[in-house]
Amino acid sequence: MDASILSEITANQLRSDLPAFSAGDSVRIHVRVIEGDKERIQIFEGDVIQRRGSGIHATFTVRKVTQGVAVERIFPLHSPRLAKIEPFRRGRVRRARLYYLRARKGRSARIPEKRR
Amino acid sequence: MVGLIGKKLGMTQIYNEKEELIPVTVVAAGPCPVVQIKTAGNDGYGAVQVAFDEVPARKVNKPGAGQFAKAGVGPHRTLKEFRTDGTESEFQVGQIINVSQFELGDTVRVTGRSKGKGFAGVVKRYHFKGKNATHGTPDRLRAPGSIGQGTTPGKVWKGKKMPGQMGNKNVTTRGIEVVRIDSERNLLFLKGSVPGSSQGVVIIKKH
Repeated sequence: MDASILSEITANQLRSDLPAFSAGDSVRIHVRVIEGDKERIQIFEGDVIQRRGSGIHATFTVRKVTQGVAVERIFPLHSPRLAKIEPFRRGRVRRARLYYLRARKGRSARIPEKRR
Repeated sequence: MVGLIGKKLGMTQIYNEKEELIPVTVVAAGPCPVVQIKTAGNDGYGAVQVAFDEVPARKVNKPGAGQFAKAGVGPHRTLKEFRTDGTESEFQVGQIINVSQFELGDTVRVTGRSKGKGFAGVVKRYHFKGKNATHGTPDRLRAPGSIGQGTTPGKVWKGKKMPGQMGNKNVTTRGIEVVRIDSERNLLFLKGSVPGSSQGVVIIKKH
């Protein structure tokens, strides 16, 4: 009995249906919102500014600016509440943590699209 | 109520049925065979002695080996007594106690040996504030400051928080919830943290 039992325990909770995406990508997150006994899908659209952690602990942060107010939401990567992660634009960035976007507004806060 | 001896394996997170990600400590708890029943008549007090963590015979000394042989139980690393009222016992020697005595949602108290921090100062040990890092502070950034008054009372009050040994003592955390039980692998999943280091021995008791 060693520490590997911990990863074994969480192994069946890891999702295998997740698309590949990384910091700088623009994503639409389809979040299942449960209100009482009703359930609906809410879409949160923004740029991924970081991915961190591994295994069950992995999370990612999505930042969006609505009406001049920036909102950052941290999602657990393997959460069953995420109905769908939809990356629709690959960004060209040079670092893994895009915290510099927090200090920027307007044109300079944009992430250029990755050229193929 | 007899508790269970276990080994802390470490912490991770699991999703509960509400799809919330909750922190859990995984404890390999039991199986614990009963080695001896102590009674008020025989021993002056009542207790159930249980063992945990089977080891090769060469790991136990002769008195220990004799004790296990008498109970008809293989040699184990840890022995622990749980006090009972000493009259009669629902337990028998050789009986195996395991995680099945716990149910989901039970609250338990967990005792472990906390991680030793050595001889620690008051900032680490009691969360004293220390002194300013600037404004001309001499080399007293983590000093405790005054420890009392003057001629009256003319002494330092007993129990004054001062530097000293921190950690490496028995700590009990109460009200820990059992969130999952794996009776096949003898694992208990306890919500939140549990005293002690990973691989440390913990004692789990129902409230």
